[in-house]
Amino acid sequence: MLDMEPPAGGLTQRPEAAPTRTHALRRPILLVLTLGALVLLCLISIAVGSRQIPLGEVVGTLLHSRDTQADAIVWGVRVPRTALGLAAGAALGLAGAVMQALTRNPLADPGLMGVSAGSALGIVVAIGVLGIASLYATIWFAFTGALVASVVVYVLGGLGRGGTTPVKLALAGVAVTFMMSSLTGALALISPEALNRYRFWSAGSLAGQDMPTILRVLPFLAVGALLALAAGPALNNLSLGDDVAASLGRRPGLVRLQGLLAVTLLTGGAVAVVGPIVFVGLVVPHAARIITGPDQRWLLPFSMLLAPCLLLMADIAGRVIARPQEVQVGIVVAFVGAPFFIALVRRRRLAELTT
Amino acid sequence: MTGLIPGVELSRTAGRTAVRIARPPVSGLVRPRLLVVCLLLAAATFAVFCFGIATGDYPLALSDVVPALWGSGDGGTLLIVQELRLPRALTGLLVGAAFGVSGALFQTMTRNPLASPDMIGITAGAGTAVVAGLVLGFGTGLGTQTLGLSGALITALLIYVLAWKRGTTGYRIILVGIGVSWLFTSTTEYLIARARLYEAQEALGWLFGDLGNRNWGHVRPLALTMAVLLPAALLLSRWTRTLQLGDEVAVGLGIPVQRARLALLLTGVGLVAFGTAAAGPIAFVALVAPQIALRLARTAWPPLTASALTGALIVLVGDLIGRRLITDMELPVGVVTGVLGAPFLLWLLARANRTGSGG
Repeated sequence: MLDMEPPAGGLTQRPEAAPTRTHALRRPILLVLTLGALVLLCLISIAVGSRQIPLGEVVGTLLHSRDTQADAIVWGVRVPRTALGLAAGAALGLAGAVMQALTRNPLADPGLMGVSAGSALGIVVAIGVLGIASLYATIWFAFTGALVASVVVYVLGGLGRGGTTPVKLALAGVAVTFMMSSLTGALALISPEALNRYRFWSAGSLAGQDMPTILRVLPFLAVGALLALAAGPALNNLSLGDDVAASLGRRPGLVRLQGLLAVTLLTGGAVAVVGPIVFVGLVVPHAARIITGPDQRWLLPFSMLLAPCLLLMADIAGRVIARPQEVQVGIVVAFVGAPFFIALVRRRRLAELTT
Repeated sequence: MTGLIPGVELSRTAGRTAVRIARPPVSGLVRPRLLVVCLLLAAATFAVFCFGIATGDYPLALSDVVPALWGSGDGGTLLIVQELRLPRALTGLLVGAAFGVSGALFQTMTRNPLASPDMIGITAGAGTAVVAGLVLGFGTGLGTQTLGLSGALITALLIYVLAWKRGTTGYRIILVGIGVSWLFTSTTEYLIARARLYEAQEALGWLFGDLGNRNWGHVRPLALTMAVLLPAALLLSRWTRTLQLGDEVAVGLGIPVQRARLALLLTGVGLVAFGTAAAGPIAFVALVAPQIALRLARTAWPPLTASALTGALIVLVGDLIGRRLITDMELPVGVVTGVLGAPFLLWLLARANRTGSGG
């Protein structure tokens, strides 16, 4: 499944032998179960916090709004927060799966196209250079930074003979990321206000956003998600190599463009609001692949559902462990996700698949 | 091509020349391009090294600097060169070379141009240790050097233990390393977010890599490490190239795969741990130097000596610019190397693409 070839041939992913199929309905059933778990997590996320609300009351409030204190907490604070976790998690999981398929590199994360670094630069430029203080305005600067970074990477990765290849894209992404994070560092060191905002954004948090902000980013995420999910069959063909994909009637260049556009919209929108929690997008596709095997048509929806599960779980845990204070979701995700990821790497026969 | 010199046989294939001498029976490969690239890089590194020492608030003439390196000159010049500027330049040189070689080893071992010691979390562990020291006052008195070194070594040990399961593979080491790196990076972010602003500034400066106020105490441990590990890396490079063909082939060719990988890992980690302890994680260098060297020399794998020289050159040029760019403050070297090295890597990529030799 995950496989690296000698550098001359670049990084390629070899299709794994079909996963042992014990039951034809296994994947649909698991998908429904994951969806159920996600709904449950959403309810818990609305219920848990510095003031606990019983699950029954949560459902009641959600179904028909009443004028109580619980109602204000649910609709004013917890629902936006949960919605943000849902949207950002789905976006990052989906973007990660697409990115790994496009670059054929299991180490690719959605930030590889320079998106996180571009967002960070957007934020410090807005605050440090232009002196903009509004939280809302900096989100748009972050999003613009992400778009610019991603276009630069795409153009640079496609220079020269042969057009875009996975290795060229990955290297161009790394180079642009480092350049932008260096500029970010320089600006943050020169301007203390920029550093102050940057350090809180960069720890990653779901808290403190209101519904209008989330709704304004949502269209970008929705378009990105549609593009990504629609690219599934084409990504399957592309995993056989550009030549085979072309002979199957795909245009590799167009598929890559579609995929990268999707990744940029999804990651750019999510990261601008919640901060650079892109590791969610790295780890979740690996977990999803255990269930689905290499078939992108299943991998993409599973990644899209599993990632918000991880993000919401981490956010709930972050509210509970240090009550009444909170630990940012970025750090909790790391402490939940990293051991899981390491256990996964140890359990799977990933190593033996590397030739 | 035979018969130019009696008893010496030359045969040329794609960019390299095989030399066979009949008596004594010696043979070897010569890559003229690699040789020229190394010589040019060495010359450029030495030039920037001397120029960096000559530049400063009290400028010196280059003709005074070079003799002063060997200890001749008047008292004032000697003091400035030997006590103030030489330790900094040497730290930069050694750290750059250490990162370059370490990156080359990791990229060859894992067969992945994105792999670098930064990515698998060794520098992240060092970063957490140092930032915890700055913010929480943890291990006060140890100094950033000891904290960074112990952080890096403990992280490396942790990664190796976690990746061990009836042996390790380069791939599993990388993936476990990514998980560990994530853990430490987030911890550092958390510490910076809850720190006071001036502490955050100090921490950020260290995290980018800084060569300010280096003394001989920074140079000595680094020089000793390099004296041991650099030759080790060169000796190991025979194994590295075979490991690239895959574990099965390497076993078939008689390479002790597990021992070879452990040795490579120890060498790479040692280089980067001591480098980070001395100057902070100048992140970009380990990743980009081998890739630049590889494209300059047009070899199939990152060449070690050229990677070392490229790394040293990047750090020295970065430090020189960081010191002189803004008049009232010094930019940490890591900030400059990123802004500087990235366009160069991109230019090389674009050029290699045009000639059709790009990956």
